[in-house]
Amino acid sequence: MKKNRLFENIVHGIFLILGLITVGCVLLITVYLIISGIPAIKEIGFFNFLFGKEWASTAAEPKYGILPFILTSVYGTAGAILIGVPIGFFTAVYLSKVANKKVRAVIEAAVNLLAGIPSVVYGLVGMLVLVPAIREIFDVPDGASLLAAIIVLAIMILPNIIKVSITALDAVPKEYEDASLALGATPTETFFKVSVPAAKSGIAAAVVLGVGRAIGEAMAVMMVAGNVANMPSLFESVRFLTTAVASEMAYSSPGSLQRNALFSIALVLFLFIMLINATLNFFLKRDKEK
Amino acid sequence: MKKTISLLTVAMLLVCALTGCGGNKEAVATDGSTSMNKVIVALGEAFEADTGITVTYNATGSGAGIQAVQEGRCDIGLSSRDLKDEEKANGLEGTILAYDGIAIIVNPNNPVSDLDIETIAKIYTGEIKNWKEVGGDDAEIVLIGREAGSGTRDGFESITDTEDQCQYRQELTSTGDVITTVASNPGAIGYASLASVKDTVKALTVGGVAPSEETIKDGSYVIQRPFVLVTQKDAKLTESAQKFFDYITSEAANEIISSAGVVPAN
Repeated sequence: MKKNRLFENIVHGIFLILGLITVGCVLLITVYLIISGIPAIKEIGFFNFLFGKEWASTAAEPKYGILPFILTSVYGTAGAILIGVPIGFFTAVYLSKVANKKVRAVIEAAVNLLAGIPSVVYGLVGMLVLVPAIREIFDVPDGASLLAAIIVLAIMILPNIIKVSITALDAVPKEYEDASLALGATPTETFFKVSVPAAKSGIAAAVVLGVGRAIGEAMAVMMVAGNVANMPSLFESVRFLTTAVASEMAYSSPGSLQRNALFSIALVLFLFIMLINATLNFFLKRDKEK
Repeated sequence: MKKTISLLTVAMLLVCALTGCGGNKEAVATDGSTSMNKVIVALGEAFEADTGITVTYNATGSGAGIQAVQEGRCDIGLSSRDLKDEEKANGLEGTILAYDGIAIIVNPNNPVSDLDIETIAKIYTGEIKNWKEVGGDDAEIVLIGREAGSGTRDGFESITDTEDQCQYRQELTSTGDVITTVASNPGAIGYASLASVKDTVKALTVGGVAPSEETIKDGSYVIQRPFVLVTQKDAKLTESAQKFFDYITSEAANEIISSAGVVPAN
């Protein structure tokens, strides 16, 4: 009996340690980012850093203003949500409520496949197809732009939005819909006035998840956005928070203000992601409490 | 109890994260410039065939390679730019291995085939905005460049004297991306290592001189930069690293260096 208890305790200990590895990683990353991100902000000045409009990290007189990156990330994400959410939402409603089993199986498989495509492939296709297409269609000298990034991001967040929304819509009790139909509402009325409101927390969570994916994406965006630190404009070459870090990290010399400023950008991005996660938790919790 | 365990775990993780991996004594570790990939891999293979000593190459970029030498994480750092004074002051030493020509590339459909270095500088600083001003079609010039800190960008901007003044339309993070973009946009102009230029783009002659091994070696092609081996001045190389260093800077290695598309310095 005693032996058993000892064994149990050991197993519990092992599980605890395994669980703590995740916590440790998060802690390590957070602490590391804060420690390496704060000095540059202090040196550059909080307002100069966050609200400076010019970034020229390797110039003779370097400027470290990241407002263009912040705005680009915000606009880019907002644009992707504006395009991605309606498409994803209606697809989810259709798949969950209207489509017959066979159609649903095919489309769901396609959505899953879309989710599994590596971001570098999105970037490559964007670079070879989308960027020249934008150049031709809108008659601009070069297609690498905020618009290209928005379109790529919108497609990338589709699977997240569709899958999470479907789960939420599927979980709506059938009785709600039956009651609505029995009262004489048409199916369409039922879906949009009963099912969707009942699943709204889940759908909101889907949108937040999409925001998270869009703001954190680096690779695909780097290949289509042109990466020049301009203030955001639809047909101009722009640089996101993520790509600002990724594109200069490899060549920045260690210990330099440039390298430290990149960590500070990462810290800003990290805060954005934390904010998004907090929002997500808020929606999920509200869902559970109901 | 719980607190102790969690503290221990965090401590353990920190130890794991902070102690880098120690190098294998037998292998020679090189780290740095992505532009030097071709030449270092070719040299490493030949060296391994001769001596049985493996050469590892980590393509991280010139800055990262220099940092790696400084921190003792690799034997030889690879930089596609000259060492800065502050880096030399930190006890690092550079040995030129070869010269790399930077080709100015345009779309194959572009009728322009020759520019002089001043015109190139004017184009990149935004003084000349349209191809018709230099004898081409009536189309806006789209400037394609590399990201800040890239050895190629640094090389190009210092040679053309356009540091911090280039009005890039796109800043891409690899030579391949630059070539792909220039190949797909008829109005584009870009720069890339001569060694990686392919048929999908057209390399311009600069002041009437076409980029080639001969013109780079005799200095008549002006857009060129050094490939530098970076070592610590005070610390001795390991035996195998010293062997590799001697081998690649010897005349015997010249053929391999040339076949990688760059011009040997020794």
